[in-house]
Amino acid sequence: MQHSKTQDTMVGLFVAIGIAALFFMALQISNLGSYSSGDSYTISANFQNSGGLKVKSPVSVAGVKIGRVSSITLNNESHEAVVEMRIEAQYNNLPDDSGASIYTAGLLGEQYISIDPGSSEDYLQDKSKIDITSSAIVLEEMIGKFMLNKAEGK
Amino acid sequence: MFEFLEHLGKDTRNSFAKLGRATFFLIHTLTGIGEVLPRPSLLMKQMYSVGVLSFLIIAISGLFVGMVLGLQGFYILSDFGAEESLGLMVAASLVRELGPVVSALLFAGRAGSALTAEIGLMKATEQLSGMEMMAVDPINRIISPRFLAGIISMPLLAAIFSAVGVIGGHLVGVGMLGVDDGAFWAQMQSGLDFNEDIINGIIKSIVFGFVVSWIALFEGYDTIPTSEGVSRATTRTVVNSAFSILGLDFILTALMFGDI
Repeated sequence: MQHSKTQDTMVGLFVAIGIAALFFMALQISNLGSYSSGDSYTISANFQNSGGLKVKSPVSVAGVKIGRVSSITLNNESHEAVVEMRIEAQYNNLPDDSGASIYTAGLLGEQYISIDPGSSEDYLQDKSKIDITSSAIVLEEMIGKFMLNKAEGK
Repeated sequence: MFEFLEHLGKDTRNSFAKLGRATFFLIHTLTGIGEVLPRPSLLMKQMYSVGVLSFLIIAISGLFVGMVLGLQGFYILSDFGAEESLGLMVAASLVRELGPVVSALLFAGRAGSALTAEIGLMKATEQLSGMEMMAVDPINRIISPRFLAGIISMPLLAAIFSAVGVIGGHLVGVGMLGVDDGAFWAQMQSGLDFNEDIINGIIKSIVFGFVVSWIALFEGYDTIPTSEGVSRATTRTVVNSAFSILGLDFILTALMFGDI
C-alpha cells in the first residue's frame, strides 16, 4: 500500500496548491482583499454632468478612498445625474455641508468623486444628500471654450 | 443523387443516435457519482492520474503564457504611456479567458486523450464486459470516479495556470522591464472584481472540466473495440474537446461579460 500513500500525498499537495492559487487570485489579483467589512451607509449627490463616472468608481476624501459609487441615474425632472455612493461605516463624521466634485485621475485616467469636508457640526447620515457639487470636467468643453476665448481675444 | 441523400440521412441518424447514447451515458455516470463518494480511494487514484500528472504542463505553460503577455503587453502599452496597466492587462486576460481556456485545451490533450485511450483499451480487451459478468457496473466503478476527478481537477488547474501566469507577467514586467511594482498590483486589484472576474473564470473552468471529461470518457466507452477504433476515438476526443471548449467559451463570455 506504499504506492497508494505517496499517491494520496501528491493529490493532497495538488489540491493544496490549487486552493492556494484560488486564494492568491482572490486576495492578490482581485479587489476582495480591500473589501470593507460590509457596514456602510448611502449618500447621494446631484451633478449637472457625471462625465465618465461609473458604478464602482472610488469616492475619496483628501485622496483616501472611503467608498464607491453604487448607482448613477438620471433625475427626469431636473435632468441632473443622481449619483449614489456607499460610504464605509467607519467614516461617519463627514460634515453635512461638504461638497462633492468629480475629478479625473491623471489626464485621461478614471474619474472619481472627491468630497471636500465642510465645517458644519452636523454629520451626513444614511440617505442624506450633498448639495454643493461641481460637475465633471469634459475635456472637449474646455478646449472649445479655450478656442473661443482665443478667437474673441484677437 | 439517391445515394447522397441516403448517406446524409444515415449520418444524421447516426449522429442523433450518438447524442442519445452520450446523454444516457452522462445520466448513468452522474448517478454513479453517488457510489464513488463512499470509496474515496477510487477518486484519489484518478485525481492523481488526471490532476497531479497534468500539474507540471499546466504550471509551465501558465508561466510562459504570463511572460509572453507581459512582454507583448508592455510594448503595446508603452506606446500609450500606460505601462502601469500591464498588471491589469495580464491578470484580466488570464483570469477571464486564457486561464480557463488554455488550461482546458491542455487538459484535453494531456488527460482527456489518456482517458479515452484507457477506457477504449479496456473495452477492446473486454475488461468492461468482464466486469459486467461479475455484476460490477463498469460505469459506476470505472467512469464515474474519472468524471468526478476531471470536474474537481479542472478549476484547480485553471486557478494554478492563472496564478502562475500572473507571477510570470510580474517577473517580466517588474523584473525585466521595470514597471513599478506597486502600480502593477494596484491597477490589477482595482480593475478586477472578485465576483465578476474570478468567480466567472472558475465557473468557466468547471464547465470545461465537465465537457472535456464527458467527451473523453464517452468516446472511450463508445469506441469501436479495435486498435484503429481506439486511435480514432482518441483523435475525436481532442478535436471535439477543442471545438466545444472554444465554442462554449464564446457563449459563456457573452452571457457573463456581454450585455445580452
